[in-house]
Amino acid sequence: MNNLFEYTLRIADNALILGHRLSELCGHGPVLEQDIAVTNIALDLVGQARTLYQYAAEVQNQGKTEDDIAYLRDVYDFKNLLLVEQPNGDFAHTIVRQFFFSAFQYPYFQKMAYSNDDILRGVAEKAVKELAYHLRWSSEWLIRLGDGTAESHQRAQKAVDNLWTYAGEAFIADELDNWAITEGVGVALENIKTSFDKTVNDVLAEATLSKPSDLYMQKGGKKGQHTEYLGYILAEMQFMQRAYPNMAW
Amino acid sequence: MSNEALKKHILTILENVSDPEMPVLSVLDLGIVRDVYLQDDGLIEVIITPTYSGCPAMSVIATNIKFELLAHGFPKVKVTEILSPAWTTDWMTESGKQKLKDYGIAPPQTQARLDKLLFQDHPLVFCPQCGSNNTELLSEFGSTACKSLMRCKDCLEPFDYFKCH
Repeated sequence: MNNLFEYTLRIADNALILGHRLSELCGHGPVLEQDIAVTNIALDLVGQARTLYQYAAEVQNQGKTEDDIAYLRDVYDFKNLLLVEQPNGDFAHTIVRQFFFSAFQYPYFQKMAYSNDDILRGVAEKAVKELAYHLRWSSEWLIRLGDGTAESHQRAQKAVDNLWTYAGEAFIADELDNWAITEGVGVALENIKTSFDKTVNDVLAEATLSKPSDLYMQKGGKKGQHTEYLGYILAEMQFMQRAYPNMAW
Repeated sequence: MSNEALKKHILTILENVSDPEMPVLSVLDLGIVRDVYLQDDGLIEVIITPTYSGCPAMSVIATNIKFELLAHGFPKVKVTEILSPAWTTDWMTESGKQKLKDYGIAPPQTQARLDKLLFQDHPLVFCPQCGSNNTELLSEFGSTACKSLMRCKDCLEPFDYFKCH
C-alpha cells in the first residue's frame, strides 16, 4: 500500500463527497443567498479535491489522472468520513453536517499547513482561509436555527442528535494516521480534538442546543466501509464516465 | 534587450490580462502573477497563484496570459501554478483597490487576519456608491467565491464586498 497516496485520498475524498452533496442543493437552497453560499462552499471543496487528486495521481504513478480517481473508483475505494456522505435532509441537517465537518477540517488544515509534504502544506495553507468562512457560516446558522423558533430549534436538535454518531470518526486514529504523524506528513488527531470540542461546546451552548451524551461513534469510512448513501452519490456522480468511458466535453 | 528590461516588458504586457470575473482588474493588480522567469532557451515561465482553491477563472487566466504574450511575439510561454505561499488580499495593489471601488465593489480591508475570523464582528465596510459606513452584511458568500454580498443602509444600494483572505 502506498501510504502517502492513501492518506491524500482520505483528505481529498472528504472534500469531493461533501462538495458533491452540497452541489445537489444548487438551485434548491431555501433562499437565494443561502443557495449561493452552499454552492460557494461546494466550489471551495471541489477545488481542494481537484488539487489533491492531481497530487494523488502523481504519487500513485500509474498514469492515472484526477478524473480517473474521482470517476472510476468504487465505494470501497473511497476513504471519506461517513459524516460527509449523509444526505442533505432539511436545511438544519445540511447546516449541522457542515458545522461538524468544518469544526474538524478547520483545525486539521491549520495543522496540515505545517506538514513536511509540500503539496499537502500548500493545499492547507491556501484552503484554511476558505474553511474559516465555512465554519463561521455554519456556526452562525446553527445558532440562528437553534436559538430561533420552536420549529427551527426542534429540527436543529434532531439534526444534531442524528449526526452526532458520525462526528467522532475523524478523531479515531488508525495505523495510517500514525504513519502520517511519524513521517511529519499528517496531523495528530488528539490535538485537534480539543479544538473541535471547544467549538462544538461553544456553538451548541450559544444555539441553546444540547450535546448528545451518546459516546458510541460510527466508523468505517476511512477504511472504505460506507453507509448505503455513498453508492447512490457515486451512481449519479460517475454516471457519464461509466456509461461512456473516456468521454470528454 | 537585457533580461531585466525584458522581464519588465513582459510584466507591462501582462497588465492587459484581466480577471474574467472582474474585468477592471489585471492579473497584476490582483497579485496573481508572482514571478516571471526567463529560461536560456527563450522559454518564458509565468508563475501564478490561485485566489481560491476552486477558482474557475484560473485556467482562463492561464490561457489569456499565453494568448497575450503570443500576440506580442512571445510564442514560447509556460504558465505554472503554485499554491504556496497562499494568495492573500493583502497582495492586491492600491491602484487595484481603487479600480475595484470605482467599479462598484468594496475593496478588501488591509491586513487579513485569519486567526480573528471566527465569531468576530464583521469589518467596517464602506459603501462604494455613497461612501457611508452604515452598511450591513447580507450574505457571507456572494456572486463569486471572493465576494460577500452587502447592503448600504443609507443609500439602500446592495453591493459586493471583496472579502479578506
